[in-house]
Amino acid sequence: MGDLLELSVAEAAAKVAAGEISSEELFGAWREAAAGDELNAYLWRAQEAEPGSGPLAGVPVAVKDIFCTEGVPTTAGSRILEGYAPPYTSTAVRRLAEAGANVLGKTNMDEFAMGSSNENSAYGPVLNPWDRERVPGGSSGGSAAAVAGGLAPCAIGTDTGGSIRQPAALCGIVGLKPTYGAISRYGMIAFASSLDQCGPLTRDVTDAALLLAALQGRDPCDSTSVGIEGGVQAPSREDLKGLCFAVPSELARDEIDAGVREVFEATLARIEELGGEIAEAPLPHAEHGISAYYVIAPAEASSNLARYDGVRYGLREEGAGDLVEMYESTRVAGFGAEVKRRIMLGTYALSSGYYDAYYGRAQRVRTKIAADFDAAFADFDFVVTPTSPSVAFRLGEKTADPLAMYMNDFFTVPMSLAGIPAISIPAGLAEPEGGGPRLPVGFQIAAPAFAEQPLLEAAYALEQAIGFEARPGGGGDG
Amino acid sequence: MLHVAKLARLRLSEEEVERMAGELSGILDHVDRIAALDLDDVPPTSHVVELENVLRADEPRPSWPRDVVLAPAPDPDDGAFRVPSPQAEA
Repeated sequence: MGDLLELSVAEAAAKVAAGEISSEELFGAWREAAAGDELNAYLWRAQEAEPGSGPLAGVPVAVKDIFCTEGVPTTAGSRILEGYAPPYTSTAVRRLAEAGANVLGKTNMDEFAMGSSNENSAYGPVLNPWDRERVPGGSSGGSAAAVAGGLAPCAIGTDTGGSIRQPAALCGIVGLKPTYGAISRYGMIAFASSLDQCGPLTRDVTDAALLLAALQGRDPCDSTSVGIEGGVQAPSREDLKGLCFAVPSELARDEIDAGVREVFEATLARIEELGGEIAEAPLPHAEHGISAYYVIAPAEASSNLARYDGVRYGLREEGAGDLVEMYESTRVAGFGAEVKRRIMLGTYALSSGYYDAYYGRAQRVRTKIAADFDAAFADFDFVVTPTSPSVAFRLGEKTADPLAMYMNDFFTVPMSLAGIPAISIPAGLAEPEGGGPRLPVGFQIAAPAFAEQPLLEAAYALEQAIGFEARPGGGGDG
Repeated sequence: MLHVAKLARLRLSEEEVERMAGELSGILDHVDRIAALDLDDVPPTSHVVELENVLRADEPRPSWPRDVVLAPAPDPDDGAFRVPSPQAEA
């Protein structure tokens, strides 16, 4: 059984296809592994699998609890949706099923995907498998911890401002945020609709490609979904000859932990060894990404979350009075502190008299950030940064200071605002500031819109050269 | 703060209002950095994918049965969602 857990998704799927192992065996092994969850990574676990056929036949997938799954509890990490079992299944989960995959469980997350540490879940924080006193990142922290902690072979999550890439980095796995529009958002509980995008969290780049191939595509149920022309193939590139990687010129003065910067520099050297070229490109507006994001995302959230009113599903708190009092009592009881904070922020930014100063300006900054990337991609193939300015931080370390928490998203938010694809791959280990055992560092590569295939090829070549084999709780070193 | 909370339909406690006022002003101070940028001739971006009028065929299809839609409701009644009266009875 143990050997089955060592197989990558691609290897396991190939063995199922060849008849060497059965899909029941594969699912059974992972169900057993998932049952040993000590990280609070799962909110619900499947007991059995539907037999399927296709490129992912028999592959169990951990699914962030933001994806509606028919008849299965779907809470988005919120008390307001406790006990809610949707009457329909999201397109992302349906596509995985059509490819033969099975839902292994629903994973814990920051409430409504708002957070960078998973401490905003109404169902308790997720622990980082590398150090259980540290956060796994967020908001797809349960998905990242499940894959890194050997509780799932692969997972899907959502990324609005870094919610796939940052937890992948902090847990030492691969996380891909595809281009906005690559994967349908139908049935994916909305946080900020112009930014939200589904993507895979996997142990390697090949598995990320495999999942993306199944997930992507146009969906009549989401008019903003367009899919990836030509589909997605397993990457095979061995070098980076002829490719140019741009480092933002501003990165030199950005606040990055020394250990993270060291791994980043070493990875740049690795790119050059593979024949790639390193250059600098100005991205002067990227530093305003946090400001723009924390207006736009809360504004959209304040509108999206208006639907939780105690009428059609989820929690209801009656109160003693009229309909409005029921709405207000329900929402104040059902939402956690961060969700309330963002609803307040977004409502303020959209309110009469402040709309132009905040929402309008933030949307103009968004245009500038996208234009900076366009200019960089006119000359270079990719833009690279550390995924996160630090390694995994301690539980409770940043909960008292929302702005310090938001700064975790410094390097991931600009790509979200520009709608472009970006991947985080594990690049090495670094000691946290203040000392302690070494923890994973993520390397982020961003590409032009819908250039997922070249992005995966480059990430694959680099991944092979880095050879990151470290595992939580000791093991190899990368 | 209270006006915004009312707009957002959040009945915040006094303690929440006080804590949040401090937190929000800290966040807005950071956001205010974009006030210094020259953005006069920059068009706003509401959406990154350039799509216009995505239409599907207007074909009738069955909708969900009423009982399926009502199943997750906190207080379904006689095929409808029951809610408290919009006017307080005191």
